[in-house]
Amino acid sequence: MKLIFERGKDGQGCTLLPECDVPEIAIDAPVREKKLHLPHVSENELSRHYTELAKQVHGVNDGFYPLGSCTMKYNPKVNEEAAALPGFTKIHPLQPAHTVQGCLEVLKRTEEMLCEITGMDAMTLQPAAGAHGEFTGLLLIKAYHDSRGDKKRTKIIVPDSAHGTNPASAAMCGFQVISIPSGEDGCVDLDRLREAVGEDTAGLMLTNPNTVGLFDKNILEITAIIHEAGGLAYYDGANLNAVMGVVRPGDMGFDVVHLNLHKTFSTPHGGGGPGSGPVGCKAFLKEFLPGLQPVLKSEEHGEIAEDEERALRFAVAGAPVLRELAFAAPEHSVGSVKAFYGNFLVVVKAMTYLLMLGREGIPEASRNAVLNANYMMEKLKDLYPMAYSETCMHEFVMTLEKMKHEIDVSAMDIAKSLLDYGIHPPTMYFPLIVHEALMIEPTETESRETLDEVIAVFREIYEKAHENPQAAHEAPVGTYVRRLDEVRAARKPILRYEFQ
Amino acid sequence: MNHPTELKYSKSHEWVKFQEDGTALIGLTDYAQDALGDLVFVNLPEAGDEVTAGEAFADVESVKAVSDVFSPVSGTVAEVNEDLLDAPERMNEDPYGAWLIKVENITDQEELLDAEAYIAFYESEEA
Repeated sequence: MKLIFERGKDGQGCTLLPECDVPEIAIDAPVREKKLHLPHVSENELSRHYTELAKQVHGVNDGFYPLGSCTMKYNPKVNEEAAALPGFTKIHPLQPAHTVQGCLEVLKRTEEMLCEITGMDAMTLQPAAGAHGEFTGLLLIKAYHDSRGDKKRTKIIVPDSAHGTNPASAAMCGFQVISIPSGEDGCVDLDRLREAVGEDTAGLMLTNPNTVGLFDKNILEITAIIHEAGGLAYYDGANLNAVMGVVRPGDMGFDVVHLNLHKTFSTPHGGGGPGSGPVGCKAFLKEFLPGLQPVLKSEEHGEIAEDEERALRFAVAGAPVLRELAFAAPEHSVGSVKAFYGNFLVVVKAMTYLLMLGREGIPEASRNAVLNANYMMEKLKDLYPMAYSETCMHEFVMTLEKMKHEIDVSAMDIAKSLLDYGIHPPTMYFPLIVHEALMIEPTETESRETLDEVIAVFREIYEKAHENPQAAHEAPVGTYVRRLDEVRAARKPILRYEFQ
Repeated sequence: MNHPTELKYSKSHEWVKFQEDGTALIGLTDYAQDALGDLVFVNLPEAGDEVTAGEAFADVESVKAVSDVFSPVSGTVAEVNEDLLDAPERMNEDPYGAWLIKVENITDQEELLDAEAYIAFYESEEA
């Protein structure tokens, strides 16, 4: 496929402007020495360019997308409708707060709903995605210990099943990472945790349900061990889709959480993003939150006062008198982690999702996510050995070690075979504690009919791989590109387009 | 799979070659490189750093994962194999030629296995 720079030629474009009827004059300002490399294409060519790109990828709109731990649920179109409203798009972040009250209301209400779901007391919507949320949450933990003059707390405990971003975020925050091994059941080994905690423990990072899709039943004891040692408990919200509206991290004993709006709350991932990684905390950490928080106008300066002017303004506009909001910086804020208020339109989409599902729909979505995962696991476990035999939560992990040994067909081969059936591969080779792992998260937005079709495909691939292992090594055969050279991409990446 | 009998092995899949001058070379076993897959990056310590038996001294990244490399001995890093920084694939191609570090002033070592015991160890792990 041609890149956009290789399409079109000088002089082509998407607009026709009339000839300039004012004289050109030179202005006294630095002048660019070289012309910018901008693509010159007609609107027709531009449209073809994007259509061609879309044809080469696999999105949730194309087919089943069971990418474990990523929660690739369907992104409802109504979210886009709401986010495209001019009141949300034709604004500027520096506009006076009283002119964008609707936008502040979105931020405030989303914060309130997410606090209710997580059992937290306050939340910032500023972080741009999950790992950014982790970093922000750890900044709160650091600020808390520092504010107490407790400088010896330098270590963050992370289980070996954790997402790689956990230790990376802790290291970025200046903490030393202590990795503790998981027990046989994939859950936290309480004895090893007790050995690891001490006066130097700043906190623990944990996701529950954990990375192998199991709910850690010792969670109250785990967070108690951390609190007794003087540390704080951080909840990685990567797997919240299994439990939203059912059980709350705040009630499990967590002090800080991050959420991924682009996973759990149906906003787009990746190229369709951007993401959004709100961070919630218990009341005692609120003073450290980053950026500006939407607060009631009456609380802006810490005093409750009747705002007659406000009442008048809304009355004039013919709108009902609502609460008036303003922005205020938390007292001992760690500072901004992103410009302004985060990825605002993503927040609009998440709020739309929350309102569409409502108080009943949110827990139902989680229950269906868990049901779908267990249904698939039960229908596949006679052929594909599962890493853990218990009832799973929203995802499950199979291990293809036996198949790799017996017929030399690996988890990679099975994943690539799925592509020929129009199915996106599951997460591969993760978590690291399971060999030849495939991690499958169907999400709640797939019907039973779709699950049955996919189960049939998995079973067919298993049979075919045993009949002809070589064919499995060669899959996929029908995709735009076949097996990419991951090794060369990692060793000799070409990250920049070289102009002639 | 190849596991030379003149080397010692750790349960975390490193090999050690004790040399006549009292130093030791440390690398990844053939089993380890095969399990990790194609290696694409390696982080090495610097000469003069201390290493401790049982603790990580380097990490390697394959297309699958990043893994710590543990030191089977305690001592001082005398030399690091900087060639690997530009050519990590050498750990796949020639695991026993591609040593990561040379350690001197060795004061302690982990419980190490001979080739036969090492093969028995990883086979029992797989079962």
